[in-house]
Amino acid sequence: MSGEVWVYAECRSGRLMDVSIELINGARKIADKIKSSTASIILTDNVGQLADELISYGVDKVYVVEHPLLRLYQNDLYTDIICEAVLKYNPEILLIGATSIGMDLAPRIAARLKTGLSAHIVGLDIDENGILKQIVPGFGGGVMAVVTCPKARPQIATVRPGVLAKPEKTSKKGEIINFKTEISEEKIKARTLEIVEEEPLGKPLEEAEIVVGVGLGGCKPETFKLIRDLAETLGAAIGGTRPAVDEGYIKEDQMIGQSGKTVRPKIHIALGVSGAMQYMVGVMDSKTIIAVNKDPNAPIFKMCDIGIVGDLNDVLPILLEEIKQLRKT
Amino acid sequence: MRILNIIVCIKQVPDPKEFSKIAIDPVRKTIVREGIPSIINPLDKNALEEALRIREKYGGKVIVLSMGPPQALEACKEALAFGADEAILLCDRLLAGSDTLATAYALSKAIRKLEPYSLILCGNETVDGSTGQVPPQLAEFLGIPHVTRVRGIKIIDDEAIVESMMEYGYRIVKVKLPAVLAVVKEINTPRILSVFGIISASSKKLIQWCVSDIEADIDMIGLEGSPTRVTDVFTPEVKRRCEVFRGPVEETVRKAVRRLHEIGVF
Repeated sequence: MSGEVWVYAECRSGRLMDVSIELINGARKIADKIKSSTASIILTDNVGQLADELISYGVDKVYVVEHPLLRLYQNDLYTDIICEAVLKYNPEILLIGATSIGMDLAPRIAARLKTGLSAHIVGLDIDENGILKQIVPGFGGGVMAVVTCPKARPQIATVRPGVLAKPEKTSKKGEIINFKTEISEEKIKARTLEIVEEEPLGKPLEEAEIVVGVGLGGCKPETFKLIRDLAETLGAAIGGTRPAVDEGYIKEDQMIGQSGKTVRPKIHIALGVSGAMQYMVGVMDSKTIIAVNKDPNAPIFKMCDIGIVGDLNDVLPILLEEIKQLRKT
Repeated sequence: MRILNIIVCIKQVPDPKEFSKIAIDPVRKTIVREGIPSIINPLDKNALEEALRIREKYGGKVIVLSMGPPQALEACKEALAFGADEAILLCDRLLAGSDTLATAYALSKAIRKLEPYSLILCGNETVDGSTGQVPPQLAEFLGIPHVTRVRGIKIIDDEAIVESMMEYGYRIVKVKLPAVLAVVKEINTPRILSVFGIISASSKKLIQWCVSDIEADIDMIGLEGSPTRVTDVFTPEVKRRCEVFRGPVEETVRKAVRRLHEIGVF
């Protein structure tokens, strides 16, 4: 039997991050293919019900490291502990959510263990030799690479949030192991003093069933007002491209794509979005993509389901009226 | 504390504005980037700008370090024109095929030759691979702390207080120097190249090192020293209806909405 498939369970303010739960799904599928089992490792000052919660989402085992110094993320201390646990239990694979914290932590762990790491992967599978195949986007998402780590262990990857679906809770039973190790303050050289949390504006993009995406073509005050009206009528969340962030129409938190968020709504409505791959990688998994753009040659028209060629200022009022009509009937 | 050397790691990358021209050689499975101009990775310019500002405030010397093919000398020259004091290009065929681990190792060996230093600044990620893995891995090889996604740096004696951006909010981190700090674009607005800068760049020290200069272990660099392998490259396939409606606006929108209704979207 191969070593276990581990998921790093990131928690903030006593709550598990969604991506750490999503990854349990991926770990399960991989573990079945290599005839192994799954485990989460969690570092916290107070584990409470979190280990049980992880088990209910499907992991076979949870390694718990509990200590007051682990209240806030401390990269040197967390690296020490995770590496020590890895060396003791020899997992085959370690999956980490590609959050700001995950992307800070994973490279340091991989460098210490002298093993391979791939970044914010968008797909994972097992090849015919039982090795983890990692799909890594490059050049703004226009190119995908299949990356493997044939010899060094564990195989480590950070996985982009939203790539895997969240598993359902079950009444599964599992094992909880308290991993004891020496934890001292002197080990902290980059000390997180405080985490300042800012409330996201409106409905989180990742949870919305309809996401309206704003591109540079929507960045005019009167056009943006029409976009907001449409979003409000549909109960949609608003996101958009890097240029729309730079123009100040949406916030950094609302950016979709390679350097922003991945969304997988039922309907994505791309308004004035050209269709650059940097953006498209973030909406690829939408069930239906509708695009409006005045440029008939915009690449988006080769990547959408229904496209409308036209000026947003002309199209949007009619589109809104037509959708309202439909909803009435 | 007196600031000693500030090392800025930069990478020459293809211009992201031209990424649509990137193709894949279907036989050799390699990336073809012919005809795409090269630039200094955008965030590395922010790192350089921050180094220059720290030098202006606390003194010290700004040394730019890059690893890449001979043409990356252009990026080094540009960094000198922006105001760096010295630039070093680590350039050797033996380094070809290095993944992030092997790259971080090679950079760490070069940086060992530049001791003592107070600070290493990097862009948080590059636009080509955008892994963001090299800065923390570099810090690990050097045995010093790191902070990623840095949007603000305040130096107090032999420590820095930095702000590291998170999804919703930020972390305040107190870090002992020397450290590797990987910066995001929010940290500053890079200056514009001046004619004076370009002229004075030509008299500045620009050196090239090869692997033997940094005494790197051959087994830890290049393809041999890279634990990861790229086994395939492909362009993501798009399978969508691509039904595009055009013509007089009112009629077009009506047709499109009717179609959306037919296929069960609205």
